[in-house]
Amino acid sequence: MGTIVIDPVTRIEGHLKIEVVVENGVVKDAHSSGTLFRGFEMFMKGHNPTDAQHYTQRICGVCPVSHGVTSVLNLDSAFGIADKIPANGRIIRNLIQAGNTIQSHILHFYHLAALDYVDVTAAADYSGSDPGLIKVRDFIGRALAAGNTAMLGPFFPRYEGDYRLPKAINQKAVADYVKALDMRRLAHEMTAIYFGRIPHGPGLVVGGVTQGPTADNIQLYRQKLTVLRDFIDNVYLPDVIAVAEVYADHFEQGFGCGKVLSYGVFDLDSNADLTKRRRFQPQGVANASLSLSAMDPKSITEDVKYSRFSTPSAYPGDGDTKDDPHKTGAYTWLKAPRYKGGVHEVGPMPRMLVAYLSGDAAVKKMVDDTLTHFKAPPSVLFSTLGRHAARALECKLVADAADKWLDELKPGEPFNVPFEIPDEAEGMGLWEAPRGALGHWISIKDKKIDRYQCVVPSTWDCSPRDDKDQPGPIEQSLIGAKVKDEANPFEVVRIVRAYDPCLACAVHLLRPNGDVIGQFRVA
Amino acid sequence: MTVRLSRRHFVELAAGSTAALGMSLFKYPEFERLLAQSLQEVPVIWFQGSGCNGCSVSVLNTFPVTIQNLLLTEVVSGKHVSLRVHNTVMAAQGDLAMKALYDTETGPFALVVEGGIPLKDDGFYCEVGEKDGHGIPMTETIARLGPKAIATIAIGTCASSGGISSTPPNIGEVVGVAEFYKQEGITTPVINVPGCPPHPDWFVGTLAQVLMNGPESVEVDEDLRPLAFYGKTIHDQCPRRGSFTANQFAKNFGEPDCLYLLGCKGPVTHADCNIRLWNNKTRWCIEAGAPCIGCAELKFPGHLGPIHEPIDLSKTLDKAAIGIAAAAAVVGVTAAVVTKSSGEKSGH
Repeated sequence: MGTIVIDPVTRIEGHLKIEVVVENGVVKDAHSSGTLFRGFEMFMKGHNPTDAQHYTQRICGVCPVSHGVTSVLNLDSAFGIADKIPANGRIIRNLIQAGNTIQSHILHFYHLAALDYVDVTAAADYSGSDPGLIKVRDFIGRALAAGNTAMLGPFFPRYEGDYRLPKAINQKAVADYVKALDMRRLAHEMTAIYFGRIPHGPGLVVGGVTQGPTADNIQLYRQKLTVLRDFIDNVYLPDVIAVAEVYADHFEQGFGCGKVLSYGVFDLDSNADLTKRRRFQPQGVANASLSLSAMDPKSITEDVKYSRFSTPSAYPGDGDTKDDPHKTGAYTWLKAPRYKGGVHEVGPMPRMLVAYLSGDAAVKKMVDDTLTHFKAPPSVLFSTLGRHAARALECKLVADAADKWLDELKPGEPFNVPFEIPDEAEGMGLWEAPRGALGHWISIKDKKIDRYQCVVPSTWDCSPRDDKDQPGPIEQSLIGAKVKDEANPFEVVRIVRAYDPCLACAVHLLRPNGDVIGQFRVA
Repeated sequence: MTVRLSRRHFVELAAGSTAALGMSLFKYPEFERLLAQSLQEVPVIWFQGSGCNGCSVSVLNTFPVTIQNLLLTEVVSGKHVSLRVHNTVMAAQGDLAMKALYDTETGPFALVVEGGIPLKDDGFYCEVGEKDGHGIPMTETIARLGPKAIATIAIGTCASSGGISSTPPNIGEVVGVAEFYKQEGITTPVINVPGCPPHPDWFVGTLAQVLMNGPESVEVDEDLRPLAFYGKTIHDQCPRRGSFTANQFAKNFGEPDCLYLLGCKGPVTHADCNIRLWNNKTRWCIEAGAPCIGCAELKFPGHLGPIHEPIDLSKTLDKAAIGIAAAAAVVGVTAAVVTKSSGEKSGH
């Protein structure tokens, strides 16, 4: 029996440690730990509420748009204008998010996950004319010429022993890794058209956005989107399929907790009640038995039995929270969010599954076609490769939809509504980051932030055990996993990375109250 | 048995063995050309502390000097950056990642720090890896790497001054690199490249200058920022400056006039966003109808006052601006209160 500690887990966002106990080649126990604490909620208290969307964007440099949108939705509801957002404002928010979702998914597959499957050395004797492969070949050549393997950083050292792709596919994947660096940049340029810049853009405001559509900016967005759609259809999706075919055993790896949750994302109307608002990707809770139910935000709680906080678990909390770094038994800066007391996974796969079960025709066709290709039942969605495939399909879904949303913009029409900060109010914003469900809650007193709370995707997925000792989704995915070579635990990191963890989001939490929800006003 | 690329493999390869990589160096077309050149590799350790990864993502967006230039080819002619350690892109993980770090710090390297350094509880609030079963704090790592580095670039406002990670009450007792070096008695030169995030040009341009002529060749201001990028204020170069002078102020987002009343920090912010534009010259904040939020200043955000409330201009050199402070009070955009920035600086 051996313990494998992977710290740091790299090619994710933030500081994550994974510890697994392996016995006879099988993971018997697993712990996921967030190793950074920042304390956003605490320092936002007393600020002007409109600061919130700028501050919370800085929770995460990979998904700032998601925090920005969630925060303005939260303030829209607190300021009583959630049902007054003009169509242009609603659509431009969607377009800003779409660009970042596309960027994030491309980044995740090629630059975060692929190096666990793709062998960069396949480029070493490349003799063709692909400029990206030539760059990689010469890069390797320089290290060889100097006789210095250290010059192969950041691509070496690495785990060894399970790079199975045939040479031609491998070389193509390396070429596409290089190409994808340009593509994710292009997706960010597209976002910046309406966001002002990215990361951390100023283009979102309570009541809408800061600039309206023009024939010129619609055309610019569409130009970039067209290039990206071509890449998604003809490079990204085929690459995911090619990798999945060779690593088909990973359809059996990483099942997880078997329950998923989606808040829904991309608004199609401005209903003040976020549980009733129509969304391009719907809200809901589902499970591996393929049953679907409505999502009730009041059923969300956060446990802290194993977290470095002295807050009482769940709610109602009673005031002063203290970070408690050396609390007995605690092993992480993450809390354990639960829905109706159950462990739930969030992310692209949960969103796609909820849409699939909601009867979305486009999603159903995409997912069914993919499952047919692999001769697999829907249950394989709950696997390492299922998560990658769902992410890639979602990338296409969102990119195709964004093209249609451009047609709905009306230059010259309003794109925001003026607002006034209320003396006292409560608000809630529910949205989806590329990595999953994201919720912000606010209480305002004397026109200032009294409480601001965020429950973020990776807190769900990377959560520790809860008060009932139920392990979190990633922990459950790891327990039972087969590990062929303890010195090169590919299976472990592949399972973890398929969730696309974003720890900077997850470890910022410190709430003056254990209650996630509070009372929110439905205008 | 694991296969590792090692010196021995290269020796074997050079001898024509087809082991490991399945190739022969003597058939490798670029080999002789590369041998004939004496290329310079500059190892870089990029270390992340209390931050959000936004600086790294911003640098990924660099153009026309591309991220491929940084990762694979040249940044300046004949000089290669060898990014040995970067948590977001490196293949290595866990013990291998730690090994890559330890191996790199045995020779000369440039240190890039992203994110602030939490001092609280001996650094327990940010652990960056593990050795012998114990978490290694950011503080310990930077205290060890700092003196060895040939130069340090603090990328982003968190690494420059604590930034958002040090917003009062600064729970994790976060400081920037320069302040940390001062406390530890580390004398390695630090160049601050603040911004939340910084424009990729500010970082790449500074790095190129360091690679060409050494850190001492970079002219900096009192906040250790390169004058080449941070020499003028946004306000002094703003295309809306005319409406400011004419006292024409936007009262709602989306209006074309000066954004002062909506909280623009342009008058106190040193940066060149307006001529540089962001994301491959796509846009910049004010062009998108949003006020400058002052993210390139070391006081950002906790010591610059509320983001959408007007700043007090009486402390700036801009005497013409003082007259409009009264106008600010009567505009009900955000129940505007003219805010005095605290004047204190974290990290200095």
